[in-house]
Amino acid sequence: MKRMRLGVVLTAFLLSATPLGAAAPTPKAPSNDDCLGCHEDPSAKRADGSSLFVDKKVFAGSVHGAAGASCVDCHTDLAKTTDFPHPEKLAKPDCSGCHAQQVEDYAKSWHAAARAKSPTSKAAWCADCHGSHDIKPSNDPTSRTNHFNLPATCMRCHGDPKVFPRAGGADGSEPMSFHDSIHGKALEKSGLKVAPNCATCHGYHEIRSPKRDPKSTVARPHVPATCGSCHSKILDEYATSIHGEQLAKGNESVPVCSDCHSAHAISAAPEVRRLAILKQCGSCHDSSLKSYRDTYHGQVSELGFAAVATCADCHTAHEIHPAGDVRSSVGPAKRLATCQKCHPGAGPKFAKYDPHANPHDRGRSGILWFTALFMKYLLIGVFAFFGIHTALWFPRSVKARREAGRRDGNGDAR
Amino acid sequence: MKDHGTAAPAGGAYVRRFDELDRRLHIVLMTSFLGLAFTGLPLLFSERKWAKALSNLVGGFRAAGGLHRVFAIVMVIVFLVHLSRMMKRLFLDKDTTILWGPGSMVPQPRDLSEMLGHIRWFVGLGERPRFDRFTYWEKFDYWAVFWGMGIIGGSGFILWFPKFFSRVLPGDWFNVALLVHGEEALLATVFIFTIHFFNGHLRPEKFPMDTVIFTGVLPLDEVKHERPAEYERLIAEGKVAEIAAPAPTPEEFRRGHIIGTIAVCVGLLLASLTIYALLS
Repeated sequence: MKRMRLGVVLTAFLLSATPLGAAAPTPKAPSNDDCLGCHEDPSAKRADGSSLFVDKKVFAGSVHGAAGASCVDCHTDLAKTTDFPHPEKLAKPDCSGCHAQQVEDYAKSWHAAARAKSPTSKAAWCADCHGSHDIKPSNDPTSRTNHFNLPATCMRCHGDPKVFPRAGGADGSEPMSFHDSIHGKALEKSGLKVAPNCATCHGYHEIRSPKRDPKSTVARPHVPATCGSCHSKILDEYATSIHGEQLAKGNESVPVCSDCHSAHAISAAPEVRRLAILKQCGSCHDSSLKSYRDTYHGQVSELGFAAVATCADCHTAHEIHPAGDVRSSVGPAKRLATCQKCHPGAGPKFAKYDPHANPHDRGRSGILWFTALFMKYLLIGVFAFFGIHTALWFPRSVKARREAGRRDGNGDAR
Repeated sequence: MKDHGTAAPAGGAYVRRFDELDRRLHIVLMTSFLGLAFTGLPLLFSERKWAKALSNLVGGFRAAGGLHRVFAIVMVIVFLVHLSRMMKRLFLDKDTTILWGPGSMVPQPRDLSEMLGHIRWFVGLGERPRFDRFTYWEKFDYWAVFWGMGIIGGSGFILWFPKFFSRVLPGDWFNVALLVHGEEALLATVFIFTIHFFNGHLRPEKFPMDTVIFTGVLPLDEVKHERPAEYERLIAEGKVAEIAAPAPTPEEFRRGHIIGTIAVCVGLLLASLTIYALLS
């Protein structure tokens, strides 16, 4: 891949050099030495005081320098200049001369669209990610676009809330949380080349906005396939689940990977996530969450302890099917085994317990409905009677105390 | 209001109402009841901040669950000790007065008429009933514990040993057990922390504390005014001397006040949190 790209560069360079040599009458393009005549001086400055220094060694060490590219291969608007010093304002180098495919891909990206929309946009173009005179091939460990360095490169903008507003979030959608995610740790701490970096999910040049561009690899309908490009077994499970089937039918309200795992703060299901899942599932299955909250599981988890069953413990994370489906973990076939995961030795009657019982639903359980009704009237009856009893007794008791005080003549009722 | 019985026991003759074991059983029952409420109510109101704080205070839900079971065992022991005392009185001592009559906790027709008479007295339509040794509200408190022990205790054991009970009970009985355990606990705690506290300690005639359950004795004069039927019966049967007791020492009296006040305050706090959670 890398070698091929270098080949393209060299070929393009040779092609562009040949006609220059042949056409004698046209003015000779300035050589690199001509340019460095001025730009080699570290103290040389533009009118606004900014440095125009180009480090000869750095350029020589870059992928372009090593390939023998000349300054005017990129700064094409100087190729015919004879009058030096040249005007300060130059056109941005157009990389498409050599890197046509990449620039074509980039043109479809949100970065390009944002730049096209606003001339002051800070959206990245080639040099923002690749560098300028110091571009290294991405197989170079020091390259900005090296597999292991890419997150730091993207984070220069996407970790800064001033440039990228969502960077200031704290819900796991903020890119910076990648560093502490299982992916980020695998990549940056463990140095796993199979670990994903930003581009694995978002693409390289053709990075589309997940919110604004339905073709984005991380737009809602495409998230499972993108994650599944590595987690293929999970994708198989998800795709055949009720959620996956619904998503395939175009129902985007079903959960996709990132709803439970978050976009960037992905971790190996820690305690927090086991509790957070309740809110997540409950955002659609609100009546199930409500009935769950009436049970011991629901009460303990509500107190903040994750040691009891939460949604996925019974319903599984990815292979969720309607309870009537034979594949369902809570269906008649698998229900007991599901209970036994936490309650070893539980019998068939144990599994008849309803973890989502609704005391107001007579059809679901008559005995529970009747008991709830009885308890309701017992409580109402007791408190109504003794409430009135006490309310009447209190003023009479105040009076009795006064009378007793008079009787004893010393203010003491005894 | 003037200082009312907090500084020192009233003068005059005293008679015994509760023996030592009854008083100790009440203290242990009270402690275990508060313990059960402390470790159980957070589950019932788990969405409340105070529930989370209380749960963490006792060391998390596992510790709370462990303590809840310990207090439950203690309460069952109190219950069984009392039950065996009653059985002994009935079967070994052949004391049938506990089955009927003024010395019995069994509800009788006079309780109904006293209750109605009491309510008439509340609204100024009659004289205060001439109560005997046990009033109708005291009997209600007493039998409420039996009912509660059966319902909360029974459902509690079902929930404690679900695998064992699921061999015989159908699955939805666990849903029923869970429901009644919580509802009945709500009934018991709010009842004790409001109605029982008012009847026993907080109503103006008793405020701030009726120490009889802690000292075991009360002034004969109080019996005469509050339980005239008992007083006259004692005089007629010549039993006053038999149950005469020394007045509680100021130390005993103070101890009764301190223990009672702490229990009442803790209970009222839990009751306020519960009622607030139920109403909001």
